[in-house]
Amino acid sequence: MKNTIGIILTGGKKRELKEMTIKRASAAIPVGGKYRAIDFVLSSMVNSGITKVGVITQYNLRSLMDHLGSGKEWDLDRRHGGLYIFPPSLSGDDTGWYRGTAHAMYSNLTFLKRSDEDYVIIASGDCIYNMLFDDVLKYHIEKNADITIIYKEMEGLSQKELSRFGILEVDNDERIIDFQEKPLHPASTKCSMGIYIISRKMLMSILEDCAAHGYYDFVMDVIIKRLRTLRIYGYKFSGYWRSINSIEAYYKCNMELLQPEIREELFLQGDRKIFTKVRSEVPAKYNEEAEVRNSLVADGCIIEGFVENSVLFRGVTVGKNTIIRDSIIMQDAVIEDNVELNCVILDKNVRITKGKTLKGEKSWPVIVGKRIVV
Amino acid sequence: MMIRKEIIALLLAGGQGSRLGVLTKRIAKPAVLFGGKYRIIDFSLSNCINSGIDTVGVLTQYQPLKLNSHIGIGKPWDMDRMNGGLTILSPYLKGEIGEWYLGTANAVYQNIDYINKISPKYVIILSGDHVYKMNYSLMLDFHKEKGAEATISVIDVPIEEAPRYGIMNTDDKGRIYEFEEKPEHPKSTLASMGVYIFTWEVLRDYLIEDNGNPDSDHDFGKNIIPEMLRDGRSMWAYKFTGYWRDVGTIQAYWESNMDLTKTVPKLNLFDPAWRIYTPNPVKPPHYIAPCGNVKRSVIAEGCMIYGRVRNSVIFPGVYIEEGSVIEDSIVMSNSRICADSHLNKCIIGEHVVVGKNVRIGTGENIPNELKPGMYNSGITVVGEDAKIPDGTEIGRNVVIDIGAGPEDFLSQTVPSGKSIVKGGKCQ
Repeated sequence: MKNTIGIILTGGKKRELKEMTIKRASAAIPVGGKYRAIDFVLSSMVNSGITKVGVITQYNLRSLMDHLGSGKEWDLDRRHGGLYIFPPSLSGDDTGWYRGTAHAMYSNLTFLKRSDEDYVIIASGDCIYNMLFDDVLKYHIEKNADITIIYKEMEGLSQKELSRFGILEVDNDERIIDFQEKPLHPASTKCSMGIYIISRKMLMSILEDCAAHGYYDFVMDVIIKRLRTLRIYGYKFSGYWRSINSIEAYYKCNMELLQPEIREELFLQGDRKIFTKVRSEVPAKYNEEAEVRNSLVADGCIIEGFVENSVLFRGVTVGKNTIIRDSIIMQDAVIEDNVELNCVILDKNVRITKGKTLKGEKSWPVIVGKRIVV
Repeated sequence: MMIRKEIIALLLAGGQGSRLGVLTKRIAKPAVLFGGKYRIIDFSLSNCINSGIDTVGVLTQYQPLKLNSHIGIGKPWDMDRMNGGLTILSPYLKGEIGEWYLGTANAVYQNIDYINKISPKYVIILSGDHVYKMNYSLMLDFHKEKGAEATISVIDVPIEEAPRYGIMNTDDKGRIYEFEEKPEHPKSTLASMGVYIFTWEVLRDYLIEDNGNPDSDHDFGKNIIPEMLRDGRSMWAYKFTGYWRDVGTIQAYWESNMDLTKTVPKLNLFDPAWRIYTPNPVKPPHYIAPCGNVKRSVIAEGCMIYGRVRNSVIFPGVYIEEGSVIEDSIVMSNSRICADSHLNKCIIGEHVVVGKNVRIGTGENIPNELKPGMYNSGITVVGEDAKIPDGTEIGRNVVIDIGAGPEDFLSQTVPSGKSIVKGGKCQ
């Protein structure tokens, strides 16, 4: 896919993610013991052979910029192409802030103008999957489509969960005939994955047109308004895909990573690796009292307690006689002796002092924010 | 413009480490895996960068392929620099002649041009063979303070072990008046750690002189140091008191790995102020299954543990199937231990497949018949890429050759002290 550039939209504050996105964009949310959500789309792009990626970022961009750095880990620290980060900036009549996804891309039109690749793949940064986009591009060309949207059938979801997605309907030829953004009453279970392929020239002209009409949103103002006039096709993806669009989804996704098949699909598919910023951590250390079952444990952990059905990020310390069940413990948390945690999400650098008990429900996990001492 | 470097390091990484047997058959000793993630050379390289030394020449010679790909351009140690950084120095042809590095001193002599170009005031000579955390900048301060021309780092060893080392005899202030290589009757217990700081201009003259001497072994310990002592140069012993291990034998290698599984290991790798760097494998966190159980062990990323692990060091990407028991062992990267196998006191190389229901480390402690000096401490070693067939029972002090497969095993039992040779017959 040398002929394609990538654009990643990292989104804004998500009310549904509560404390977790107070200080970070949803794309920077830590997942699976050592990753951040954006690693999955970025690695998928790199593994598809894309060597030029623009990341559009606005909300709480520090943690994201810190994570991406110069793009070293994704082999995107390049002389030609590589990683571009686009925070909002003041210029001319522009007030700075991005008013929507289309506006954000329009504000960085130069990036598109100066490129000579024929296609652009636009994707949101907060979804968990590992896919190659080569087949999608082939499909896009075969269908002679103007825009191709990747979607997934999410049969198992409730109406409430479905209403957090863009829901689409296709005809027999997979042409999209209806698209509803976050509908109250979803008409189908076909969820847009927020990944679009479009030719660079068409994208530029659409963005210019949006700007001229005062339109700002790519979904609302481009896709939904042009279903009749443009050939917009759906591409069905059948692999594992999750959108981190609520605490519930976040918790569920992390727990699903405990299943070997899902881990295999995401992380162990030959050369299609998921890259992330490295921390030079020591391999995890288990002491005499350690008792760990059905859990993911990252480097740098020191474990002396009982851990079950949980995800431990890098550098977590678990004290003696401590019991952790069904929980997500982020980087550098210290859990002292005689603590009991049940269905808890601990953000980075949290300390739980001796003898404390925290209990949530699987449908409503307790969240402890960054750097809090309990 | 280059900012002039006060000190640069030369890391001698060309040694085979022949006493490590099958572990160093295909790689140089500095490239041997250690501690669940590292290679031995990582300690010296990390010490350099943590001490503020960012210009390092790594001298390679023996089986450099893995070492070179491990080091690359020095990225993990932040040594991919415009000014200074890491350079791999391998022997090369010079006009009509070309020669291998003939000894440690000769190896440095052959790279005089590299050092001259940087023109440092001091050089520190290191070997990539040791496991330790040391701040070389403190040693440099000592060197300057004493006005020394050479400073040799020493460590106190038990008197009974002293005959195995190069021993420094010093006056009470620490000035060296005599050096004895492996003395039968040591006069002191200060063993050289193979870490030297020299004032470059002084060393250069000695290297040139030594190179002209056809009777010399071209070795720092045997030739350069004694020669400098004879000339009455200002040479000082710098005492180091931390953890330092020459993991030169199978037993020492196994023991220092086992050290890391202790509740409070003598070598603290978790120290955020003195990290040991290495290229990170791109693997997810490791997974312990509901039927898995791990105690007193070190487990790296990407492992899948469905069995029981005790007192062991497990490298990245190892798969331990259900019903297996791993005790007192080292299992290197990407190996697979199939169901119901029991491993006791063994070292499993990279990419090894241990079949189902295999027993390793059973029976009496009989030294290896072919190499009794090397494999005699009860540890069985399985070379990389070997495949052990289902149901095999293997004793102690057994060595299984690199790449040995089912065709090399003539029976289901390999008694203690035997060897399996690839392409050969079971002896």
